[in-house]
Amino acid sequence: MLEYLYFPHDISTFGPQIDWLFELIFWIVLVVWTAVMITMVVFMIRYRARPGRKAEYIEGNSRLEIIWTTATAAILIVLAFMSRSTWADIKEHGPPGQVFYAVTGKQFNWEFTYPGPDGKLGTKDDIIVENELHVPVNKVVRVDLTSKDVIHSFYIPNMRLRQDAVPGRIIHVWFEATETGQYEIPCSQLCGFGHSGMKGNLTVESQEDFDKWLKDLYANPPAPPSATEGASPK
Amino acid sequence: MSSTAAVAVHGAHAEPHAPGFWRTYIFSEDHKMIGKQFLFMALFMMAIGGLMAMLMRWELAWPETQVPGFHWVPEPFMYEGAIPPNTYNAMFTMHATIMIFFVVMPILVGCFGNFLIPLMIGARDMAFPKLNMLSFWTGAVAGVILLSSFFVTGGPAAAGWTSYAPLSAVPIYTGVDWGQNLWCISIIVLGASSLMGSINYITTIINMRTKGMYFFRLPLTIWSLFITAILLLLALPVLTTAIALLLFDRLGGTHFFLPAGGGEPLLWQHLFWFFGHPEVYIMILPAMGIASDVISTFSRKPIFGYRAMAYAMIAIAGLSWIVWGHHMFVSGMDPVLGSGFMITTMIIGVPSAIKTFNWLGTLYKGNIHYTTAMMNALAFVAMFVIGGLSGIWMACTPVDMYIHDTYFIVAHIHYVLFGGSLFGVFAGITYWYPKMFGRMMNERLGKIHFWITFVSFNCTFFPMHILGMAGHMRRIYNPQQYDFLKPIIPINEFISISAFVLGAAQFLLLANIIWSYFKGAKATENPWHANTLEWTTPSPPPHGNWPGTVPIVYRGPYEYSSPEVAEDYLPQSQLIEHHRDAADRRSR
Ligand code: HEM
Ligand SMILES: [Cu+2]
Ligand SMILES: [Cu+2]
Repeated sequence: MLEYLYFPHDISTFGPQIDWLFELIFWIVLVVWTAVMITMVVFMIRYRARPGRKAEYIEGNSRLEIIWTTATAAILIVLAFMSRSTWADIKEHGPPGQVFYAVTGKQFNWEFTYPGPDGKLGTKDDIIVENELHVPVNKVVRVDLTSKDVIHSFYIPNMRLRQDAVPGRIIHVWFEATETGQYEIPCSQLCGFGHSGMKGNLTVESQEDFDKWLKDLYANPPAPPSATEGASPK
Repeated sequence: MSSTAAVAVHGAHAEPHAPGFWRTYIFSEDHKMIGKQFLFMALFMMAIGGLMAMLMRWELAWPETQVPGFHWVPEPFMYEGAIPPNTYNAMFTMHATIMIFFVVMPILVGCFGNFLIPLMIGARDMAFPKLNMLSFWTGAVAGVILLSSFFVTGGPAAAGWTSYAPLSAVPIYTGVDWGQNLWCISIIVLGASSLMGSINYITTIINMRTKGMYFFRLPLTIWSLFITAILLLLALPVLTTAIALLLFDRLGGTHFFLPAGGGEPLLWQHLFWFFGHPEVYIMILPAMGIASDVISTFSRKPIFGYRAMAYAMIAIAGLSWIVWGHHMFVSGMDPVLGSGFMITTMIIGVPSAIKTFNWLGTLYKGNIHYTTAMMNALAFVAMFVIGGLSGIWMACTPVDMYIHDTYFIVAHIHYVLFGGSLFGVFAGITYWYPKMFGRMMNERLGKIHFWITFVSFNCTFFPMHILGMAGHMRRIYNPQQYDFLKPIIPINEFISISAFVLGAAQFLLLANIIWSYFKGAKATENPWHANTLEWTTPSPPPHGNWPGTVPIVYRGPYEYSSPEVAEDYLPQSQLIEHHRDAADRRSR
């Protein structure tokens, strides 16, 4: 079970950067926490009350205050700037897209819109598939994310990717898978009674497999999904 | 106690006769009774909120099975004891709402604020006793409104305590109709209650300090309550406004948060978290104040860096207004703005660290007495450290993209709110119980409660960090619906069993409170040999707080083990000749 005591297997290009930051913070936190706890426990044992003893009258120490304030501030500000650059890499200047989809959350399914045979999104021949997302490996996938009703959240744990899908807005996200396989796309924002269990399946496959799948899709397009379900709770 | 003396010096709101039952226990204007009323209301609500938590833990470990002993609950809330998804959503919504608004806030602010402010600053009552009474009763009405939502068709609110729109704004999205409306109304009414309370606290602390009680001689508990009251005064109206808009959307056909009519869902989140982040500090600052007083008293040492402690709280309060966006990193907010909020959030860690180091400094070369109150206060420090440190991961935007809305957040929340605020509450109750009720609490029972709570708390909430790292989403009622979460089922079971122990242990606290009330040893005036003013009057204090004149203050609150006297404490009100007290020199 030990391998599950960590992140799920990473299959994205930016995942290693995120995991690295997590680990960096982990080591900093571990050192700080250990130091604080050892100090605390040592003090608690050494200075436990003994009869006839009086505590030493110490009101504070300005030099110490300055030291620990600047030390903490320095560590946190360095961390902030390191996080900022990774964040900017992912969110502000991502690579140009190679594959384009639209993804729409609705109670309680994901609608994945594939460009039709014309290769363009937003045209009549677009094909909508519920809960099945196929992407080619090692390609930058760009997604226009939105929602039909409430806020959902597009979450691919193996991809370290999460973005809320907000009705009335189109939000762009991108990812690039580095390994083929089957993964899950849970909704991670409370979206109603069907929130738990709302998930899509992600298939990352080789370009050939992907092309074959797409050809099948064009040959037998699924019936367009019904409008928002908005069913009532049982 | 000479009641005549109390009446004579009691000023404007003196009552000529001893008040009857109703005026003493129900519609009391005495800050001490109002404080106790808040305490009992909160303990009652804690039982309900705790029950919700137990049911949720059952569901998460053994999803879609029947909860033993719950077959009697009618459909559609439960099916032969099995919890359907919407009921689960209602449970975590009500659990959080109750714990935040009707447990932690009423105890820390309502109970300790009311009971302690006049006694610790040397005042005979609050500045506005009638407003104080009204504040409690308004809060009680809010509680009744919230509880009544369990009984309307559709059940109580199920959109989370954060009530994100549009989910919360349109009844069909949750299937909850009046439950959500009542939630809104309840919180608006509670907002009025806390507004009255905060105005009262601020006025009292500014205007009614006894002679010699300069600001920099206030105990840190009072500093924390003063700062908290200011946060309350400024934050709650924002929430009230947001909820009013939400109610208009629900009932009045407006579209403030609904994109179909040109509204903006993120507007809700900005308003909510603009209130919400100061709110989390409202729930921790008083506990920090209480822990400071308890740790100083039982270390028999001045608090280390008194002024640094006060300034750190002021800094936290100031910064808490500019970090709210850290709850919205993946909401669709501009990522550049996210970076800004990330930096401010990192900075707010600094004053939190300062406080921790100063608590450690207070222990250094102390003479530490391990009373139940002290153990709870030390647990507060240790747990707050974990909660504060986990905040760093979440403040780091790229990492938060992964752990947002997972159990990592749930772990963080509970380390700060249970590990922090509630251990602070336990410390406060055990420390001031003798003053409140005139009896000592049972130390042995208190320690048993402490140890079981401390161990089972960590067994419950620490593994949630691991769940979060595995990607376990929060607010899902059946984790087994996901293949990637199947391997961690055993962790969920372990957590639930620990949670049941944790829940059951709280009956020990309740038992101690009740048992000690009747059977506890009679408390003396100053059982802990503490310095602050509340310990200079009988336990419990009479109406008007001091039987004779109000004490005058000559020094700061933490002169423990002062070289000027033989004892290891030196009360604020004790006059000694030629005193060369450093704290006194500074405050001139
Ligand atoms: C020490 C510095 C702290 C830092 C850096 C910090 C940071 C954060 C961040 C970044 C989040 C949002 C994470 C997310 O949703 O993805 C968060 C959530 C939260 N924090 Fe803190 N925090 C700190 C202290 C506290 C304290 C003292 C409390 C309460 C006493 C608190 C209570 C909460 C709560 C209740 C939430 C979750 C709200 C919700 O989504 O329901 N935090 N914190
Ligand atoms: Cu959802
Ligand atoms: Cu916050």
